[in-house]
Amino acid sequence: MSLYRDEGVVLRCQKLGEADRIVTLLTRRHGRVRAVAKGVRKTSSRFGGRLEPFMRVDLQLAEGRSLDVVTQAETIDAFAAHLGADYRAYTAGTVMLETAERLAGEEGEPSVQQYLLLVGALRALTTGDHEPSSILDSFQLRALSVAGYAPSFDGCARCGLEGPHRSFNPSAGGMLCQGCRLPGSSTPSVETVGLLGGLLAGAWPVVDVASARARREASGLIAAYLQWHLERGLRSLAHVDR
Amino acid sequence: MYEGIVQDLIDELGRLPGVGPKSAQRIAFWILDADPVDVKRLATVLTEVKDKVRFCVVCGNVAESEQCRICADPRRDLTVICVVEESKDVVAIERTREFRGRYHVLGGAISPIEGIGPDELRVKELMKRLADGQVTEVILATDPNLEGEATATYLTRLLVPLGLRVTRLASGLPVGGDLEYADEVTLGRAFEGRRSVQ
Repeated sequence: MSLYRDEGVVLRCQKLGEADRIVTLLTRRHGRVRAVAKGVRKTSSRFGGRLEPFMRVDLQLAEGRSLDVVTQAETIDAFAAHLGADYRAYTAGTVMLETAERLAGEEGEPSVQQYLLLVGALRALTTGDHEPSSILDSFQLRALSVAGYAPSFDGCARCGLEGPHRSFNPSAGGMLCQGCRLPGSSTPSVETVGLLGGLLAGAWPVVDVASARARREASGLIAAYLQWHLERGLRSLAHVDR
Repeated sequence: MYEGIVQDLIDELGRLPGVGPKSAQRIAFWILDADPVDVKRLATVLTEVKDKVRFCVVCGNVAESEQCRICADPRRDLTVICVVEESKDVVAIERTREFRGRYHVLGGAISPIEGIGPDELRVKELMKRLADGQVTEVILATDPNLEGEATATYLTRLLVPLGLRVTRLASGLPVGGDLEYADEVTLGRAFEGRRSVQ
């Protein structure tokens, strides 16, 4: 059984047997990893709270036949401590974890960019400089871009004609010009289109001053866009406390 | 494959949590070898538990009548409610003999990733119990993990405006543990919640 070391963020925990847990991690070098943490539910466990969702840990893992086994864990960032005490950040963060899990691709395939993006987003949630739901929206757009589903909010997504355009269609990949407009496209307000571009680029001065109405509209469009590309909806998205 | 009813028994046992095909086979053969009286007793308990046990109308704990033993007990302190996730937690707290109030079982913790939000828990029932103003303190005894903390945070936000005393169970170092193995969050909490000894 060979050992390896990596750092990762805990995405999900499932109970296993009497006192064990299966933890799903997004790691820096090995992508998505599912590993068993033995005895972690006992109060005397040496892992303690280190393998809770949102924790960023330095790990030693032992390769197993189907699942790896966590042998050691050290905390790098205890995001969980802060997020458990802030309900709005918690619900937004949970959606980030689910998004990251779904976009991470095959197990063992490295996804450094997704990993760094997730760590950055979780850190932004804990500092509380911006609205949790805006951080979530921005994370989702950027995570989709990293995964190869970058939306186009400026030029037309089909013919590339310079914008700004009025119609948005998730299946076409973003904004559409008058000539390419598909039936069933929505027509978001000009402010919303600007906000979407700001969220994708991480232009916080634009995002922070957006009106509540534009934020709501942008969140709805992003959810539709995400749903289209992930094919299955995210369960946690319905519970976000905006 | 065994014949007819023996295989049926193995299949049924195999559906129990944590019982695999081999364990199911072992239990099935134990039943075949066992004293008929013992097996009869087990069968009776199994059917009775489904017929008799329901959930207490007040707190949501498992009960044999309309109200559970604790809610029906007049000696219990009516001014304090301890909020827990599951019936198992009631038993754990009862074993400490430290608490004389009553309970409220939520039926789980808020976990959006599993599709469980506040509406799926018995939060509305808790708010109804607090409406008459008899209760002065609510103790939040959800699990000290992420979901439990988030549930406690959510409830705090609902309860504090009501003017109640809202408390959360202390968390810190486990009795019989080693300080050097304590994780940063737990050790941090232990420092936060330290008290003077005189």
